[in-house]
Amino acid sequence: MGLPNTFEDLSSEMEVDAFRRLFPLRYFERHLAESIRPDGRPLGKARETSIFLGAVSTAHGSALVKIGSTTMLAAVKMEVMSPSLESPDEGCLAVDFFMPPICSPIVRPGRPAEASPVVSKQLSDTISSSKMIDLKELSLVSGKAAWMTYLDIYCLDADGSLYDAALLSAVAALSHLQIPAVAMNDDGKIVLVSDEDGQKRAQEPVNKEKRKLTLRSIPFSLTCILHKNYILADPTAEEESIVETHLTIVLDTSGQLISLYKPGGQVLAYTSAIQDCVALTRQRVKELKSLLDKENSAMEV
Amino acid sequence: MEIDRPDGRSANQLRPLACSCSVLHRAHGSSSWAQGETKVLAAVYGPKAGTKKNENPEKASIEIIWKPKSGQIGKVEKEYEMILKKTFESICIRTIYPNTTTTVIVQVLHDDGALLPCAINAACAALVDAGIPLKHLAVAICCSVTDSGCVLLDPTKDEEEKLKAFANLVFPNAIVSVLPDRSLKVGTEPMAHGIMTSVTQGAMSGILQHFL
Repeated sequence: MGLPNTFEDLSSEMEVDAFRRLFPLRYFERHLAESIRPDGRPLGKARETSIFLGAVSTAHGSALVKIGSTTMLAAVKMEVMSPSLESPDEGCLAVDFFMPPICSPIVRPGRPAEASPVVSKQLSDTISSSKMIDLKELSLVSGKAAWMTYLDIYCLDADGSLYDAALLSAVAALSHLQIPAVAMNDDGKIVLVSDEDGQKRAQEPVNKEKRKLTLRSIPFSLTCILHKNYILADPTAEEESIVETHLTIVLDTSGQLISLYKPGGQVLAYTSAIQDCVALTRQRVKELKSLLDKENSAMEV
Repeated sequence: MEIDRPDGRSANQLRPLACSCSVLHRAHGSSSWAQGETKVLAAVYGPKAGTKKNENPEKASIEIIWKPKSGQIGKVEKEYEMILKKTFESICIRTIYPNTTTTVIVQVLHDDGALLPCAINAACAALVDAGIPLKHLAVAICCSVTDSGCVLLDPTKDEEEKLKAFANLVFPNAIVSVLPDRSLKVGTEPMAHGIMTSVTQGAMSGILQHFL
């Protein structure tokens, strides 16, 4: 296998589980030499992904996303607010990412996980820089009322590629979002229009019926880990703990590069490695887009 | 393509750099780094015994404390701390002093654009001043990308607000050594072309074709 394998003899004697725990890197590299990963995937393949829309019935839009066993629950809640003076005809979107202690043994109760503010910042950066949502669309009455949109993402199971799963759940929840119907009453206040009192539509309707938010170009991401010359797509938590070099690429459906995120790591990213990662990401974007479209059309039927 | 910049620089011209080391007496290593009006002070304490929870005790760990110019630290500063930590962990030779923690304190004195690269440069100079063993240096730069795909280096705060897309990149320095030339090349590219850290913001429309 070409590796200077000092543990070769040891590994043939030892039980697989013990070898995996004691020499995680060696165990990992033995797999890579055979072009396979510890969970049986080929190197460039992402885990099985599923999207379940409308998981939270009390929210205006929600989605439960699983990538392998990484699970994210995203929910969107809308409130009417008065817009800021600088942008009177724009609404607002607040993104928050939570890692409760349920998601991983590393997260202790009481102390927030280190990763959560970072992922949360990355998500709001991605959503704003992809220009997926036109904030003007969230305006109701210019200078008077606009939608304040809270997008909350909960990590239920953290098994690697947190950012990818979080972004997918955020995008899915936004695509499922139904903006509630509201009207302005005589006092100039915005009130919700419920379906029952349809006859009392004498009030000036601001947002006549429930509608979907237009998403212009949807960002999707893929995290790869770089180890020596290997590129592994969509790592699990175990792989992430062994290899330090992570590279996340975000592309949108119109093929623009939204983000290239690589925080340090032992392996330097050369043009060829980035090219390979971009190619893997493009493929993944296609897969995720068709999956999301399928789920959305299934909801409409 | 020629682009007019408010301060009369050309597109690939940096602002004047200023660096002074050992500016603090009590710290084990310190430096102050300025890129034009942006100025950052960094101090290094350590290596001290022991590592924090969730850190690998078989390796030296690095702790970054980011102090903004005013106010409390928020999500942005937390992200900067994480980026600096990961970046410096990749250049330090961490097996030399296992189970130790080196603390780097980054104090922002003034932010006039390209803050993160300036902080990385300052912290790297402070680590060198403290004599922490490093594999190579980290060289950070901010590139902003215009809508037409032109690249402006080292933007000021005004330019950052006008141009929405920018990339903060960190590269290793070009090592001058007696080793055969080939050993410092990876494929056809010299080692110094490998991206160590990349943090981007804003959609970059014209950039992707370089990676296809």
